[in-house]
Amino acid sequence: MARGNVVFEIENCKGCELCIQACPQDSLELSPRINNQGYHYAVLVRDNCTGCVNCALVCPDAVITVYRESKKKEKVPVARISGVRQDITVSIGPGDD
Amino acid sequence: MSDIEIMKGNEALAEAAIRAGCRAYFGYPITPQSEILEYLADEGRRRGMIVLQAESEVASINMVYGAAGAGARVMTSSSSPGVSLMMEGISYIASAELPCLLVNVSRGGPGLGTIQPSQGDYFQAVKGGGHGDYRLIVLAPSSVQEMADFVYRAFDLADKYRAPVMILADGALGQMMEKVRFPDYDPAEHVVPKPWATTGKTPDRARNIITSLHIETEQMEQINIRLQDKYRLIAERETRWEEVQTADAEWLIVAYGLAARIAHRAVDLVRARGIRAGLLRPITLFPYPSKPLAALAGRVRGMLTVEMNAGQMVEDVRLAVNGRVPVSFYGRMGGIIPSPDEVVSALQKMVAQDVLTETEAN
Amino acid sequence: MEPTSTAHPAPDMEVVYKRPDTLLDTRMHYCPGCGHGVVHRVLMEVVQELDIQQETIGVAPVGCSVFAYNYLDIDMQEAAHGRASAVATAIKRIHPSKYVFSYQGDGDLAAIGTAETIHTCNRGENILFLFINNGIYGMTGGQMAPTTLLGMKSTTSPTGRTVETSGYPLKIADLVAMLPGVVYVSRHSVHTPNAVRQLKKAMIRSFQYQKEGRGTCFLEVVSNCPSNWKMTPVESNAWLEEHMFPLYPPGEIKAPK
Repeated sequence: MARGNVVFEIENCKGCELCIQACPQDSLELSPRINNQGYHYAVLVRDNCTGCVNCALVCPDAVITVYRESKKKEKVPVARISGVRQDITVSIGPGDD
Repeated sequence: MSDIEIMKGNEALAEAAIRAGCRAYFGYPITPQSEILEYLADEGRRRGMIVLQAESEVASINMVYGAAGAGARVMTSSSSPGVSLMMEGISYIASAELPCLLVNVSRGGPGLGTIQPSQGDYFQAVKGGGHGDYRLIVLAPSSVQEMADFVYRAFDLADKYRAPVMILADGALGQMMEKVRFPDYDPAEHVVPKPWATTGKTPDRARNIITSLHIETEQMEQINIRLQDKYRLIAERETRWEEVQTADAEWLIVAYGLAARIAHRAVDLVRARGIRAGLLRPITLFPYPSKPLAALAGRVRGMLTVEMNAGQMVEDVRLAVNGRVPVSFYGRMGGIIPSPDEVVSALQKMVAQDVLTETEAN
Repeated sequence: MEPTSTAHPAPDMEVVYKRPDTLLDTRMHYCPGCGHGVVHRVLMEVVQELDIQQETIGVAPVGCSVFAYNYLDIDMQEAAHGRASAVATAIKRIHPSKYVFSYQGDGDLAAIGTAETIHTCNRGENILFLFINNGIYGMTGGQMAPTTLLGMKSTTSPTGRTVETSGYPLKIADLVAMLPGVVYVSRHSVHTPNAVRQLKKAMIRSFQYQKEGRGTCFLEVVSNCPSNWKMTPVESNAWLEEHMFPLYPPGEIKAPK
């Protein structure tokens, strides 16, 4: 299982727990500590994170940065969009969907 | 200068808009000004103007907001009831400081009213008909030539002060046909840069935001202070009026637009009867020509305000004169146009009243 | 000094996801768990990935997302309540090569702005509607919306919305789908990772259609309102599935051949 990690922007987290609900590995919980806004912020409590990005996808405040062990992965191009200045291929890797 | 043509006021205004480089028109049909939309839908589109008949005046004014915020020279036109529907949008446009041309070819009211000409929208136009402290620069044409000329002036004033400008006309000026010539005006020489417009955020600048929302009250006050400073500046520089035979006048008639034409005739008629009368015609209704009125108050025995309403501009005349001479009012409502003779007899009554009080005083 | 973020990744790890640069790092005012924040983020991911930050102009409505322009690093205009699509129409007519979207809530788009919505769609304006449907007026504190469900409580339907008093929930997306000028209508949500991925694809597709000048694209996002639904964000997502989806089922409603 690829090793992953997540980093939370403590001060912007509002403790909504949606990331916790979305995590397939139950790696996340709210910290007993609170940030300057008075929210218990989310933290990684187990090291079984796979870097699947689920938490970051549902985060309403974009506080999550996701890392994954860098084994080169084949990216499958899904959508080919001709950008205004140059063509952009939007690729979604196997980890996504 | 183009050669002379005979055109309806509405069509002259529309032709001037095309020549003035108006990029877009958004509007809705309403008598007595639909010819503006019709003319532009034909000639305007043919010559590259974006002309969209919207689903309502509410949508139209918000399209003007969007286009002005996107940096385009833009206009709309309507008539009294339609202009009432635009009031919220106009308040947003004034607050967001968006340059545009608004045309009200007013008609008799209130309510659905009639399609005859009226000046019953003076307060709405000049005192700000929408919510909040704002003003529009208001130009009052009194001929088909001015219906055209004021379009160029309005667009230039709008861009110069980043402000909405209204041409307040009426159904008669819109429908009557008169000679008109179009000045030589190259829009390319009147382009004002609009770095604030939403044209797509380029790396060299922060994003542009067009908004009238300022939830922090201190900031809202700053916006208001800036607007009021702007209005003072406009008053200093852009007040326009016309004086007719006021040099030796003992009596002054004050009237704008269509009523000024009638008053002008009345001045000639009473002069033939030995009453030295003159006319002051405000051309900008905001900023109002208070100074010249105050000056004339020192030289005339009384003033008669003539309007096609129940008496609205008369209040501004009284404010300017500040009690130094009597200011009386003559008007017709509901779309009726007063005749010169009616104005003559109103003035004669004033003169008689003055003679009476004078003999009593001796 | 208090750490500003949790744990530090091992050096051999690469970033596989981070917030888009096109989303300003101003803390958003939305309530904890609100779907607006997700839609904003996904939209800015798309703007960044398609490299169209310089080509995109947005219109914000009156509603909870009235401050959207504090978060989206693109040129934007604030519209009067209900008039965002009219403003967007004009911007698009002035700048036909730019991507224009009208971001609106259910009150803005389906109550006061219904005429603008119908006619913008009927003209087939080449813009993207981003319609956030949470069945309630959030900004003003929880009043009934046109999309409020029958029996659903709000401050103006305190004993639950009834047909007799307030008629039926308005399925505006299905209404506009009937108009020939509308080329793509799809209903989404952002309450699961997969739903978010689907929304992102739909946005990319919409911008592509807009670039091709195909007509109006209309994306509805059935979203939550934890504060005014009076439940936690996690509960709101379950409630959304159980109560909103039966009337507002996610899925493609209309798409070009």
